[in-house]
Amino acid sequence: MTQVRAEMVANVWKVVAAEGDTVADGDTLVILESMKMEIPVIAEESGTLTQLAVAEGDVVQEGDLIAVIE
Amino acid sequence: MPASVLVANRGEIARRVIRTARQLGIRAIAVYSDADQDLPFVAEADQAVRIGPPQPAASYLNVDAVLAAAAQAGADSVHPGYGFLAENAGFAARVIGAGLTWVGPPPAAIEEMGDKINARNLMERAGVPVSAGSREPVADVAAALAEADRIGYPVMIKAAAGGGGIGMSQAASPAELAAGFETARSRAERFFASPAILLERYVERARHVEVQILGLADGQVIALGERDCSVQRRHQKVAEETPSPGVGAELRAAMLAAAELAGLAVDYRGAGTVEFLVDVEARDFVFLEMNTRLQVEHPVTELVTGIDLVQQQFLIADGEQVSFDPAAVRPSGHAIELRVYAEDPKRFLPSPGTITSWSQPSGPGIRVDAGYLAGNTVTPFYDPLLAKLCVHGADRAQALRRAAAAVAEFEVAGPKTNLPFHAELLASAAFSSGDYDTGLIARLRA
Repeated sequence: MTQVRAEMVANVWKVVAAEGDTVADGDTLVILESMKMEIPVIAEESGTLTQLAVAEGDVVQEGDLIAVIE
Repeated sequence: MPASVLVANRGEIARRVIRTARQLGIRAIAVYSDADQDLPFVAEADQAVRIGPPQPAASYLNVDAVLAAAAQAGADSVHPGYGFLAENAGFAARVIGAGLTWVGPPPAAIEEMGDKINARNLMERAGVPVSAGSREPVADVAAALAEADRIGYPVMIKAAAGGGGIGMSQAASPAELAAGFETARSRAERFFASPAILLERYVERARHVEVQILGLADGQVIALGERDCSVQRRHQKVAEETPSPGVGAELRAAMLAAAELAGLAVDYRGAGTVEFLVDVEARDFVFLEMNTRLQVEHPVTELVTGIDLVQQQFLIADGEQVSFDPAAVRPSGHAIELRVYAEDPKRFLPSPGTITSWSQPSGPGIRVDAGYLAGNTVTPFYDPLLAKLCVHGADRAQALRRAAAAVAEFEVAGPKTNLPFHAELLASAAFSSGDYDTGLIARLRA
């Protein structure tokens, strides 16, 4: 199981993947926006996206859970 | 001079405009979002009006909220700073329509230069050199491929309504162009509310050099020298200097004359900047775009000329003469600006957070335009600019030494900053030699 966490304070601009999706290492899960920059959040391993903890428009803090891949 | 001004901006530029306004006896009115209520520009204004929640669309980009604040505070002029509403011709027209003085160029000039394709065509007619590129919007991939065949690869793909380096990409082949085109279109639509795309010939080794102009109240346009802005990451500027180490006397004279022609072509008034791309190998230049506002990096021009550009903006807006003799401007020495961003110095990723301590350099030849103090929080809602560290020296060597010493003295704790990057930049042979181009940072990070 891998937990994907936010690297910085940001707004969730776009949720690209959905719970239950099969994802591959390098796939974009969510796109964050901070300081006028888009920051893609990438799957760091392949598996099933069992949890997606954010929705578009949310504000995430550094370290907040974004997704779980199993 | 107006009696009062509403500064429709935030951070360091709001603070900088307020400083000149107060020196001139103009009552300064700040507007702020909920995210910015503790920042120094709010405290330093004579009056401050809350305009909304943190999201830019609900506050600093909210035309109705800004105009309501101006009415409430009894402002008789509006200064837009840069970014946000500064190049919004509709906003400028509404300010004027409300009977206020717009401290900026005529709305028609903003509009003509705001569309990059229109601007290119206009400049070509005015005798300003432009690169091979689109004369009308490129509608689809097939049209893009045909256009690129005419222009020649590599090409740059740009949003016609764009700016700030957002959504630009390059393509070296038809395959890359086909792949990049749709991305460029969707970004243009999202960021600039217009899907219009243009293609331009991409210059392999280029410097980005811009000319500061002032359109005077009598219609005359004068050029106040150039700024080299080739140190960029993600097509955004990180450091600027004047004079440009890559521009000789002959090229400079030609660029300054072209910039004046550009201003005359749109009947320009106030401060503006004409951006050029200088081909390092061919030693010639082409028009890139015109920024119809004060630039972030205007302080380097102020340092070498001794002219307060914001003061000139106020004078011109009220139809008055500028404070100096345009025929007697003699730039002296060398100036460098380093943009201090809240971002990590390796990958340049944003790093918002609370500033726990802030200690900035001072001394001869040092100017710091900062938007924050210790205790302030840098939020994710706006751009990452914390401060502009500017230095002035008798020559480039002295300016470089002063810059290095000032960077070493500048200490910010809390958010990560790119100050370590600036130390690295100043220590690099690539920058200190002066012989660099827009690929400098990519090579330092390769």
